[in-house]
Amino acid sequence: MSAEGKKMNAAKIREKIAFSVLGLVTLFVVMPILMIIFYIVKNSIGAINWEFVTQPPRNGMKEGGIFPAIVGTIVLVVGTMLFSLPLSVLSAIYLVEYAKDNFFTRSIKLSVVNLSGIPSIVYGLFGFTLFVLFLKLGTSILAGSLTLAIMSLPVIITATKEALESVPVSFREISLSLGATRWQTVRYCVLPYALPGILTGTVLSLSRAAGETAPILFTVAAFYLPRLPRSVFDQVMALPYHLYVIATQVPNIPVALSFATCFVLIALVFLMNLVSIVLRAHFRKKKLW
Amino acid sequence: MPRKISEYIIESLIKLSGFLVIIFVFLIFLFLLRDSLSLFRVYRVGEFLFGRNWLPISEPPKFGIVPLLLGSIYVTVGAIIICVPMGVAAAMFIAEVAPASLKHILKSLVEILASIPSVVLGFIGIVWLSPFLKHTFALPTGMCGLTGSLLLAFMALPTIISISEDALVGVPRTYKEAAFGLGATRWQALWRIVLPCASSGIIAGVMLGIGRVIGETMVVMMVTGNSPVVPVSILQPLRTLTATIAGEMGETVSGSEHYFALFAVGLVLFIITFIINFIADSCLRRARK
Repeated sequence: MSAEGKKMNAAKIREKIAFSVLGLVTLFVVMPILMIIFYIVKNSIGAINWEFVTQPPRNGMKEGGIFPAIVGTIVLVVGTMLFSLPLSVLSAIYLVEYAKDNFFTRSIKLSVVNLSGIPSIVYGLFGFTLFVLFLKLGTSILAGSLTLAIMSLPVIITATKEALESVPVSFREISLSLGATRWQTVRYCVLPYALPGILTGTVLSLSRAAGETAPILFTVAAFYLPRLPRSVFDQVMALPYHLYVIATQVPNIPVALSFATCFVLIALVFLMNLVSIVLRAHFRKKKLW
Repeated sequence: MPRKISEYIIESLIKLSGFLVIIFVFLIFLFLLRDSLSLFRVYRVGEFLFGRNWLPISEPPKFGIVPLLLGSIYVTVGAIIICVPMGVAAAMFIAEVAPASLKHILKSLVEILASIPSVVLGFIGIVWLSPFLKHTFALPTGMCGLTGSLLLAFMALPTIISISEDALVGVPRTYKEAAFGLGATRWQALWRIVLPCASSGIIAGVMLGIGRVIGETMVVMMVTGNSPVVPVSILQPLRTLTATIAGEMGETVSGSEHYFALFAVGLVLFIITFIINFIADSCLRRARK
């Protein structure tokens, strides 16, 4: 074989080795994900039953279920959405449809980037001083939802921006050329087509909010409150905080209960992710351009 | 005309929303600064930044953040050493090697990992990873920096993988085709052409990953042992900036020196993540050009 051919072969072999290594590393990345999920399902399956998801905890959380925590998390997610969605969508509309390239616009963009990087515990601190103390909302659903809402802003804004940008410019041009105002154009020719993207991004970011612990530590989460909230000024239990509490703060909790709480939390988050995937698939089929 | 008026209102709301986003960042900064300054009125800034002792309830209290800062740095460096090579390799595999069907599965798995709440990973760290590490490496305790680093590496992977993958896929195909035309193998084209071209985007992904790791709270609070001493090795219990806030906030009296000290820690975190995100954003923008 010629020297040239040998060199070629060596390069081919190096490629094989390199790709195998890359594949192996990828396997190392994804295997633990499956293992963790399998591990949680295996250890929680015995403790999950109807009573667990419909009853309040009893006997210092050593028995009973996690119903108040499930309700608390759902209430917080809904509250977060109510505050976050309108604000995010409007700001994204501003950025995509109205903004000129000036200092104000650049400041908004930089703020979004900055908000997305702020650690969740700093949101917790901020929510505590502003909402709980300064605005005197107390440790309440309102304070917790507002804190989570500000934390969710950058994600929903970014998703909405992408959705709006993906609507073809020609849609807007036609609408404007027919004499529609800018708002009419946005309302009737852009928003309906961007809606799937907005919804997908929103559900995804809410699923993050549902799993967050640090921002709710001092703003809403109750250590042990085996009843349902009566008003938005009540504290609530929340699934992630409850898991933290029974896993680290209270001694002698049966570990099966922690696993089961873990399972319910993950199931809730995955369910929300699934909803966003289904939404995306559903709307993609109907996409006309 | 009523239409004109309603349009004026909605457009003002849109502008206001954009403005509010900036306001939130300002408010977060202002509230952190206000309470931090209350500390610095009674405690010297130099002693805060360079003090080697964090003894908030001793008499007189000491608020030196060096042990906490080093705790955060140790855990973060450990996590980065693990997750950057793994993340970039996995991104290379997903972007360039894996066949379409496998690519789809791998990307969904990475999305699943991204959606697992941090408190769940912390719980896994307590019940599985830390006992495992303790036995395998014969450590005095499994609640140490290494456990935190491993879990945080795992948490940062989705960020690094998805942004790096975007960067790799974004490299124009003609570059690769030119390399193939000159007789390069797929590996040579990937390693010598595509990877260097995608480097800005990959660096951005790594920076965002670092930001995520430094800001992560629940995992480190649950598994790193919470010992606020200047760490000598990563195999020792330590405590990060974030865990200090989350762990001590509940026990402070609002308005006390200790309370203000925690806000000062929050301010330090805010500034660190602001810088990291700013760098990441400018890398991303360079990558887009």
